[in-house]
Amino acid sequence: MSGQRIYIKGNEALAYGALQSGLNGYFAYPITPSSELPETLAREFGNKKYPQYKCFIQSASELEAINMVIGGASTGAQVMTATSGPGFSLKQEGLSYAACMELPFLIADICRSGPGLGNIGPEQSDYFQATKGGGHGHYRLFVLAPNSVQEMASFPKLGFDLAFKYRNPVLILGDAYTGQLKEDIEFPSLDAPNYDVSSWAVGDSTGRGPHILNSMEMDFQKHYENMGRIFEKYKIIEEREVLYEEYLTQDAEIVIVAFGIVSRIAKAVVNTLRKKGLRVGLFRPISLWPFPTAAMRKLASDGRRFLDIELNAGQMIEDVRLAVGTETRVDFLGRWGGIVPTEREIERKIQSVEVVAS
Amino acid sequence: MTQQSALRIKAGKIESLTENPTHYCAGCEHGTLTKLIAATLDELNIREKTVMIDSVGCSVLAYNYLNCDHIVAAHGRAPAVAAGVKRLRPELYVFTVQGDGDALSIGLSETIYAAKRGTPITIFVVNNGIYGMTGGQMAPTTLPGQITTTTPYGRDPALTGTEFDGSSIISQIDGAAYVRRASLVVNEISNPRGKVYSIKNLLDAKKAVKNAFQVQALGGFALVEFLSTCSVNWKMPILEAKRYVNEQVIKRFPLGVFRDTFGVEKP
Repeated sequence: MSGQRIYIKGNEALAYGALQSGLNGYFAYPITPSSELPETLAREFGNKKYPQYKCFIQSASELEAINMVIGGASTGAQVMTATSGPGFSLKQEGLSYAACMELPFLIADICRSGPGLGNIGPEQSDYFQATKGGGHGHYRLFVLAPNSVQEMASFPKLGFDLAFKYRNPVLILGDAYTGQLKEDIEFPSLDAPNYDVSSWAVGDSTGRGPHILNSMEMDFQKHYENMGRIFEKYKIIEEREVLYEEYLTQDAEIVIVAFGIVSRIAKAVVNTLRKKGLRVGLFRPISLWPFPTAAMRKLASDGRRFLDIELNAGQMIEDVRLAVGTETRVDFLGRWGGIVPTEREIERKIQSVEVVAS
Repeated sequence: MTQQSALRIKAGKIESLTENPTHYCAGCEHGTLTKLIAATLDELNIREKTVMIDSVGCSVLAYNYLNCDHIVAAHGRAPAVAAGVKRLRPELYVFTVQGDGDALSIGLSETIYAAKRGTPITIFVVNNGIYGMTGGQMAPTTLPGQITTTTPYGRDPALTGTEFDGSSIISQIDGAAYVRRASLVVNEISNPRGKVYSIKNLLDAKKAVKNAFQVQALGGFALVEFLSTCSVNWKMPILEAKRYVNEQVIKRFPLGVFRDTFGVEKP
């Protein structure tokens, strides 16, 4: 599949991307719109093309699945699970423990409309839960937001590399669109790396002391120090691992900020309005945590205006405002409930911003 | 008496035990179980191939006492974590020690589905009829009428149901290969020299621990439930608590082999 052109669904691309970058185990629980992931990985279980793929289990609950992931990741294996909205809420317990135990693994949230059961249409309303911790205690997940089937295929490799480099869970935050969309892509050439886990993973302890993976520390001072070390790690990640895309921002008067599927629509709007002579650009955060604060701040210092577009009632906009400061105007366009803004709606919004602002 | 000193002498040489003193309350049998497990790991020579999943409750600090790899799981989730390890590394021995609240209340689903799938892991459940670590609240195993901090007038079956018989329920699951209830509580016996304590229960419990690991080696799921006291939270003197188990608790939770698919239990 590597290097081949293929017409494939986003969720399937994510599954094959994980398999080709060395997936050892998948722990499944079905929920729309993420279920093609477990279905694809169940079908491929036993395929001789993936000899390293040792385990597929459909669990009895979201809780069981994330805790199986914790067990699998504790052995240093490459494991993952996927879910959506209501299931992602149930995963938070496990993610809190895993972040503190510094376990590397992948989890995908193919975000649907919420809160509660909502519906199975696309939203980006899990942004807060994804980027601010989500479970109890202070912790962070890497959050990668693909905007295409191409990226759904390549982000598992990126995710595993980051997860093992920093010993931290990595979340791929898709949505019902990026998960369900079918696109013609060139499947990336991926390799199954050999991460060094010898200093911490549980397993055969012959010739070494016990390895203990634990989020508990009853001694206050020790817990303060342990968490302090993890918070230092977060700072290093915030300095070094920020990912974003800028499109025609250098001379732009208005910069659209959008991630995931919305950034695709926004890019089309930028192209249309550029033809009409409007200087519009796009800033697309790819890593939602670490958030590209510094790069966005740099753009703000030239007096540009920003338009933040999200599939929710305004979540990332808080991070955008923190980045650009109170002197910079940030407008907002939100759609929710499974509704995605059209190019025309965004164009109208930009033109109204233009009128009001000039 | 001779049996007792034999056990003590052997205890001094257990490699799988660290030298840390335990935090358990006086009279608690958690330390006894830790020692029986450690002795078994030594005996089977599997310490370096063993991963223990510690659970939330009084068993949580086991990583200080047992000299093997550990993962400390969230409340009730130890069997799921154990399954994750075992599926990726089938050559390892993976076991949990959980309380009754952990395994039979908040984590019942994880316990049942580990059994249902025949996951080759070993689960040890300490049944002391109460939530010990949190200060003595009602557990699924609390007996009708028993006083706890959340049943201050005695457990009322009309409101909270009766005690949860874990071994009997898990033993009905076809995926389980070995289910046994043992006791960690010594028996008072009188003989001509006066009052002595029989360690027969402990020897049986030790056998159950060993069988449970052997079942895992054969590829089967094993669960052993151990009757235990919690004199501090029962608000009983230690010996009275032990007597309460041997005289009252045992009537509602009879000892025995509930399931033995591989026939590891020898008379």
